[in-house]
Amino acid sequence: MIELTDVHKSFGPKKVLAGVNLTIPRGESMVVIGGSGTGKSVLLKCILGLMTQDSGTITLDGEDTLRAERDAFLARFGMLFQGGALFDSLPVWQNVAFRLLRGSLARPWPEAREIAVEKLRRVGLTADVADLFPAELSGGMQKRVGLARAIAAEPEIIFFDEPTTGLDPIMSGVINDLIREIVVEMGATAMTITHDMSSVRVIADKVAMIHGGKVQWTGPVADMDASGDPYLTQFISGSAEGPIEAVR
Amino acid sequence: MKPLTSPLAALGRATLGFLAMVGRVAIFAGQSLSHIFRPPFYPRELLNALLNIGYFSLPVVGLTAIFTGAALALQIYSGGQRFSAEAVVPQIVAIGMVRELGPVLVGLMIAARVTSSIAAEIATMKVTEQIDALVTLSTHPMKYLTAPRVLAAILVVPALVGIGDIIGIMGGYIVGTKQLGFAPGAYINNTWNFLETADIVSSLVKGAVFGFIAAVMGCYHGMNSGRGAQGVGRATKTSVEAAAILILAANFLLTSFFFTS
Repeated sequence: MIELTDVHKSFGPKKVLAGVNLTIPRGESMVVIGGSGTGKSVLLKCILGLMTQDSGTITLDGEDTLRAERDAFLARFGMLFQGGALFDSLPVWQNVAFRLLRGSLARPWPEAREIAVEKLRRVGLTADVADLFPAELSGGMQKRVGLARAIAAEPEIIFFDEPTTGLDPIMSGVINDLIREIVVEMGATAMTITHDMSSVRVIADKVAMIHGGKVQWTGPVADMDASGDPYLTQFISGSAEGPIEAVR
Repeated sequence: MKPLTSPLAALGRATLGFLAMVGRVAIFAGQSLSHIFRPPFYPRELLNALLNIGYFSLPVVGLTAIFTGAALALQIYSGGQRFSAEAVVPQIVAIGMVRELGPVLVGLMIAARVTSSIAAEIATMKVTEQIDALVTLSTHPMKYLTAPRVLAAILVVPALVGIGDIIGIMGGYIVGTKQLGFAPGAYINNTWNFLETADIVSSLVKGAVFGFIAAVMGCYHGMNSGRGAQGVGRATKTSVEAAAILILAANFLLTSFFFTS
């Protein structure tokens, strides 16, 4: 279980997170929504330790993430980055098997390649993609490779940062379905950041909306449409009229 | 009071900013060195860096050295004629190339070719979240990106300097024997007999120091680049400027250390 308690983070005078409280139970898929620049990615980076919160605590199964042993802590996570963040200098299969080629999870190269090819197949890519370089792939294929890399070491927790940004609606649907299938199949705890409402409906067990640096609303995805929260209602409908200012 | 004090305040801010940056670079350089000796090690990355910094720099180093050696021979011959000292061409070319021009030119070529490429590559990795991805994959970016490049530069730039020295002397030899009328055997003898061990040692030590500076500057500015294409461009430009200036400053200090006692 991931638990955030009164998490604050500022950049200079700008308060991005102003007391976030959120619980992500083990095995659940939490989707965090909110407008651009509301601190969703910062929240995710604070959990992973890519940024340090100014105050407040983040715990994973009761252990403070700032005190956890880094390698063991990170070995529990997989992450799909917004732009894929694939390593340009490595072929696709080495990107997927990156964690399996070095460090505590290292395996022999043929075995790592075999796992990489299997994971590529799992995300709908054929084995001949394995030897291509990321620059030779389309945006949708890069996302799939990123997804394959995120699940390669079979992590307990998977983070997805804007998984459908820049993709056409059909490819977005394919990626959303893949994420849902994989999360269910692996029994992983998942946290997804998005402002794509179709992703929310496919991926989420629970939804949390961030606004003004705080969690504005949280609850099961089934309750989202009837929440009665004016901020959430405006966000779902995509209306320019409402409590969320259109010009930020 | 304000118009009088504001220039002083600006000067103070600039000085503090500069000193803070020197401190950050010094800490980064120290960390880079310490990561070279602490596991995990990445031999494949080291091998790639050795090839990129060393092997693929050979053409540019060779061409720079041969033309510089050739031009140096012509200059010394023409200048030496003014006081009947044209016979010292082999000795001056040798000492000029080995002590100064070889290491400095190789250092500057490495700054142009390698520092810029390291800075651009790492800065691009930063803006495309590849550095964050490394962290989430339990890989320390300094161990994976910085340590292999710095170690490779320390190992391979002295070799490039040695090769540059030899090719530069060859450039002088070709001009001396084909154009200026020196006897081939006498030219080589005069070169060989004139050089001392300290000349060669200083040349190679300079190579190692310049390689360290070039790699650290590329890595530091890449890791600390701003956002977007402009951030990558600025990091690349600043890394080359900083590396070139530091190489020339270090050259002065090393020359003072080796040859002024």
